[in-house]
Amino acid sequence: MNSERKKKPRVAVFKFASCDGCQLSLLDAEDELLAVAGAVEIAYFPEASRAMLKGPYDIALVEGSITTHQDAERIQQVRRQAKTLVTIGACATAGGIQALRNWKDVTEFIRVVYPSPQFISTLKLSTPIAEHVPVDFELRGCPINHYQLIELIAATLAGRKPNIPAYSVCLECKRQGNVCVPVAHGTPCLGPVTQAGCGAICPAYDRGCYGCYGPMESPNTASLTSQFRILGQSDQEISRAFRSFNAWAWQFRKASEECERA
Amino acid sequence: MQARLAPEEIDKLIRALARRGYAVLGPTVRDGAVVYDEIEGAKDLPRGWTDEQEAGRYRLKPGPAGALFGYTVGPQSWKKYLHPAQVKLFEADRQDGLFRILGSPAPPARPYAFLGVRACELAAIAVQDRVFLADRFRDPVYGARRTPVFLVAVQCTQAAATCFCASMGTGPEVRGAADLTLTEIVNGEGHWFLAEAGGERGQEVLAELDRQPATEEELRRARTAVESAAAQQVRRMETAGIRDLLYQNFEHPRWDQVAARCLTCANCTMVCPTCFCTTVEDASDVTGDHAERWRRWDSCFTLTFSYIHGGSVRSSSKARYRQWLTHKLASWIDQFGSSGCVGCGRCITWCPVGIDLTEEVQAIRGTVNHGNTDA
Repeated sequence: MNSERKKKPRVAVFKFASCDGCQLSLLDAEDELLAVAGAVEIAYFPEASRAMLKGPYDIALVEGSITTHQDAERIQQVRRQAKTLVTIGACATAGGIQALRNWKDVTEFIRVVYPSPQFISTLKLSTPIAEHVPVDFELRGCPINHYQLIELIAATLAGRKPNIPAYSVCLECKRQGNVCVPVAHGTPCLGPVTQAGCGAICPAYDRGCYGCYGPMESPNTASLTSQFRILGQSDQEISRAFRSFNAWAWQFRKASEECERA
Repeated sequence: MQARLAPEEIDKLIRALARRGYAVLGPTVRDGAVVYDEIEGAKDLPRGWTDEQEAGRYRLKPGPAGALFGYTVGPQSWKKYLHPAQVKLFEADRQDGLFRILGSPAPPARPYAFLGVRACELAAIAVQDRVFLADRFRDPVYGARRTPVFLVAVQCTQAAATCFCASMGTGPEVRGAADLTLTEIVNGEGHWFLAEAGGERGQEVLAELDRQPATEEELRRARTAVESAAAQQVRRMETAGIRDLLYQNFEHPRWDQVAARCLTCANCTMVCPTCFCTTVEDASDVTGDHAERWRRWDSCFTLTFSYIHGGSVRSSSKARYRQWLTHKLASWIDQFGSSGCVGCGRCITWCPVGIDLTEEVQAIRGTVNHGNTDA
């Protein structure tokens, strides 16, 4: 039995600029949660436990993007304490929806939104964790799929490669027997350029893919953009399609900027 | 001997097959397409529907009134039943310090009966038979599903714009072995079926239906209807010398042009009724006490497909598209003794950007013919 092994791996969960949805996915994994709690020591997880133990940690799960000077320093400390650092979700992996500000003037937002803007200190850009420290694995999604998180934890504990493919949503979609929404309905769908992992939820409910899992391993955004135009999408609409949760992932960013210029 | 059936007999046919213990699988309308699913009676069939297909485009629309098989082919093929998209190969538990394997995949509880198998699909099943059953390496998952299957073929009397079975020699008339072969005739004067049994099982089922011997005139009309499905085909694949053509043109500039359009999304391989590649995934749970091995459809368009020590062999989309097309149309012949393409046109229709393999081959052939080789 695992519980008889000499030392349980220590897991920590850290939050940066994010909505907490990804770390909630771990609490949401009801069927597996007890097994996880039995297999690892939850050393630091403020959202779940008051016990906040000091590092070092075997696995650090990092949620959120870097948007402040303080966070830019804090991520360095997290990295120093973590043997394996895994980013969870689109914020940590691509900068998140808040990276939309990267195309705008953030000081103007601060002036408009906050009554006392002098108290706000922020960076100009929302950036992914990998721009600041080396990352061992990036778990995609907005939010992440809790089965993928459990698989990642199980694989890390067993010392094996996680079964988390980087190919397109289309493989998952077709394996499930869904009818292709762009071909059969003319609905624009980011599935062909988006990484699998969600289980093709949107196409299963007759909607196009929103690209929550970010760019797949070899995304041809230029070709998909041409096809979106054939389906009647304007350049502004296409640009907006690429600018959602993974807007700052470089392939989607490039695609959206090319449409903006067109 | 061919028999004439009234359309009501199709419902009786479905029930006769179900009575024999088959899970009857056939065409039905779901989410704006004709898909294959379990059917209980003729009420589940796509009555009055037809499809309009082009590269990257599929639409259902009203077809001949009352026709039960008035469509051509939808996005799915029978591959989804004979070679399932995901199969658990085994699971294992750690018990008393030992690793115990808990059984292999069970065949489906009921054998399958396929209703509405097109000529190109029969050809595709024959191609997969050669892949999975012909050699000394037999696939038990495929074999357990394939061996007992009852095949009811339905000949096409119309073609989609993406069909090219006539040029591949696989249709539209049914040439492969089916237990029953039907031809549906719908016109202003009436609606009826021709039925022919292809063996003892088929004869037994046919004997339970109300039928009358077909007249010469009825046979002639059915023949004409199937011929018109061949005549309607606007796409064709020139197959003469195609193996050498592709082998001699690995560096043709056309591969770069198609790579600029290819999404490497793998849709063509998923919808192809003969593409058979799979990956095997081992997984353990968090406790480390339970493990499973799964087999899933994979594709030569993924990077991991060609991953070996040091990286992926086919990292460019050009290399991946070329691999797929050259295997399908050329090296398949060396490997399995026939083309891997049956001309169903699914890869053309269901490519999200409408890449057309007949056009790609034509482009390569065209420039070669104007050049200096006689391939």
